[in-house]
Amino acid sequence: MNANRLFNILVPVISVLIGLLAGAFMMLGFGYNPITGYTALWNGAFGDLYYFGETIRQVTPYIFTGLAVAFAFRSGLLNIGAEGQVIVGWLAAVWVGTTVEAPMVIHLPLAIIAAAVAGAFWGFIPGILKASRGVHEVIVTIMLNYTALYSANAIVRNVLSDNEDKTPDVAATASLASEWFQNLTYFSRMHYGIFIALFAAVIMWFIIERTSMGYELKSVGYNEYASKYAGMNVKWNIILSMIISGAFAGLAGAMEGLGTFGYMSVQSGFNNLGFDGIAVALLGANTAFGVVLAAFLFGALKVGALNMPTEAGVPTELVDVIIALIIFCVASSYIIRWILLRFKKEGK
Amino acid sequence: MDYVVEMIDIRKEFPGVIANDNVTLQVKKGEIHALLGENGAGKSTLMNVLFGLYQPEKGEIRVNGKTVKITDPNVANDLGIGMVHQHFMLVEPFTVTQNIILGSEPTKFGKINFKEAEREVQELSDRYGLEVDATAKIRDISVGMQQRVEILKTLYRGAEVLIFDEPTAVLTPQEITELMGIMHSLIAEGKSIILITHKLKEIMKISDRCTVIRKGVGIDTLDVKDTSVTDLASLMVGRNISFNTVKRPANPKETILSIRNLKVKDKRKVDMVKGMELEVRAGEIVGIAGVDGNGQSELLEAITGLLKTESGSVRLKNRDITNLSPRKVTESGIGHIPQDRHKYGLVLDYSIGENMVLQTYYQKPFSKYKTLNYKEIFLKAEQLINEYDVRTPGVHTKARALSGGNQQKAIIGREVDRSPDLLIAAQPTRGLDVGAIEFIHNKLIEERDKGKAILLVSFELDEILDVSDRIAVMFDGKNVAEVIPEETDENELGLLMAGSSTEKAGDK
Repeated sequence: MNANRLFNILVPVISVLIGLLAGAFMMLGFGYNPITGYTALWNGAFGDLYYFGETIRQVTPYIFTGLAVAFAFRSGLLNIGAEGQVIVGWLAAVWVGTTVEAPMVIHLPLAIIAAAVAGAFWGFIPGILKASRGVHEVIVTIMLNYTALYSANAIVRNVLSDNEDKTPDVAATASLASEWFQNLTYFSRMHYGIFIALFAAVIMWFIIERTSMGYELKSVGYNEYASKYAGMNVKWNIILSMIISGAFAGLAGAMEGLGTFGYMSVQSGFNNLGFDGIAVALLGANTAFGVVLAAFLFGALKVGALNMPTEAGVPTELVDVIIALIIFCVASSYIIRWILLRFKKEGK
Repeated sequence: MDYVVEMIDIRKEFPGVIANDNVTLQVKKGEIHALLGENGAGKSTLMNVLFGLYQPEKGEIRVNGKTVKITDPNVANDLGIGMVHQHFMLVEPFTVTQNIILGSEPTKFGKINFKEAEREVQELSDRYGLEVDATAKIRDISVGMQQRVEILKTLYRGAEVLIFDEPTAVLTPQEITELMGIMHSLIAEGKSIILITHKLKEIMKISDRCTVIRKGVGIDTLDVKDTSVTDLASLMVGRNISFNTVKRPANPKETILSIRNLKVKDKRKVDMVKGMELEVRAGEIVGIAGVDGNGQSELLEAITGLLKTESGSVRLKNRDITNLSPRKVTESGIGHIPQDRHKYGLVLDYSIGENMVLQTYYQKPFSKYKTLNYKEIFLKAEQLINEYDVRTPGVHTKARALSGGNQQKAIIGREVDRSPDLLIAAQPTRGLDVGAIEFIHNKLIEERDKGKAILLVSFELDEILDVSDRIAVMFDGKNVAEVIPEETDENELGLLMAGSSTEKAGDK
């Protein structure tokens, strides 16, 4: 049991180290000093309070999308649609944030709930199609990403603004922005959302590990047939899993719409929060706690990388390659797992 | 001595386990040599060593007197060793010929000459009296025929030594007799056969010599004609065991399960149960005999709510339970030991503790306000593990890590513990060793004596004859005959199972 837990921690740590090493060779190969490069990365993520605030800001939606993918995965579903669910959540939050007038105690929760509901609905569609018609959720969720992107763009341009590229800012009563955090972190965009994200992680842990609902969801994910034999409603569990997963992703959108930006703009393409969420979930072994840790790593990499061109002179393109390498090693951690298992066997 | 295959002092270790230790197997040319042992005794390991899938730590393999190193199955093939697997490895939509040439297709400039291959396969089939149609599609032919295709496959590849892995497990008594005929004609053509089995009667009937393995150690090699079933059994298990299950006569009471004119289609919308009639009363074990695929699985799935019925009724204690959901069926008082314990019986990635509450997790005391109480769950699991002698390192061990026998004991514990009025046991002892089989049969009889109704489905006639109080024969989706075990024998049952309506079929 203990050896097993150690193993589960060892695998992602080694994956990250190998990724960093590969990135270092990359920099060496192109004539840059990897130590200066990584120092810049570190400084860019944790160098001072501003950077730290920005990192936390980036970690917040990653936690949500990571939870979204992990939750679906625990019941055997691959939610590739977190991307689209983020967008509809973002849109719903900004919509409520800009059009409703109410005191903060009502307005802010309402905007957040609207995001969750929108994301949940975007998850419900592939869920019900899978349950009733057997359509594979990967196909539906990928398609719904595009539907979400272009519909949201049209609504931002034509409904929420007068043919402009962005909506007005959300009302102060619906904003997650925190003056206190901003003052503390030299005016980074860090906002209160991180608390909601951490709370969501606790919720996910509780549902999955402690409730009869979680027991059913996991059971369906492990073995659909035995679940049916045991009297569980497999179809309903598939739908439910996608709804909850979508709600998590929708909340990531609320973080962007009500916290980081305070508005929604027309997007030329995906912002990758949802896709990165897949890697976050995998690295976090699809557990709530693991997702939080993995989200921190991804947030730090993403924000810290911005500092590498300025401080270490590493060109942006190369930075992207290095970050991709690290993520690649992390995502392919099952190779590391396999190698470790082999060593273990031979050691015996 | 002209041994065709010799395995001398083979030792094979896996981390923490010695699977084979000092096992010697010497097969003479032209003999049927049985390899006998319980499940997990190391028969498969030894054959996998011979087939090149495992490398032994110690020991020597000789083929036709020459020492060889079998590094992979291709080497084994080249040496003329072929294996007829227990689970057929055939491509269903392909024809017999296509399956046989798969992997060693006779090509000319990259084009397969099917006509030529077909002719060759047909020739081989005729020569050994296999009566296989080389042009038939696998999905259209019976299980017995499919097995012959597997035999042909090895012959086509030039096998001189054929390994049969539990070949009778899926066959009817008549098919078994035919298979034995085929084995004899193979021997007559100069082939040699290694027969892996744990069925003693078959060994007595067909083999010349027999090597017994117990717990990985080679115990002895004997001439079959100088030994007896009881001798072989005690050699195999290491203690004396009783063969006939001891039980008192049944004392049937009120009707528990009553099935009237039930019709069920399977998932492909094919009629499988076509007007089934059946009654099971409290305090009796009703066995359903039949060849696999005659609607038994669909019948059970319809009773337990896993499959919707077309028409007819299922009543439990006079309550209509037709087409209720599986949960409602379970709650109305049915326990179900499913045929496929890995697919239906267990969530293999859940701990054994979590598996013990698979149907009751949402009820008190395991759940309160939709929150699980793991303390209660594991307490229950501990109790069942002790009561049903499930050998596991603990309640937190994954079900996957347990042996088949212990997994089955866990399922039986779980199902029996709910104290259902009707206990359905489908193939409850498939793939288990003699000890576990004894345990499970006794449990079923114990439940019967407590006044429960038991419905037993099995493809093993011995099991049906030993355990049941009444036997219903299922053929082509119908209950074609009901017989009393004491008044029938394998032969009659076999004929009934094959659908021939003898004069006897009518009487009860």
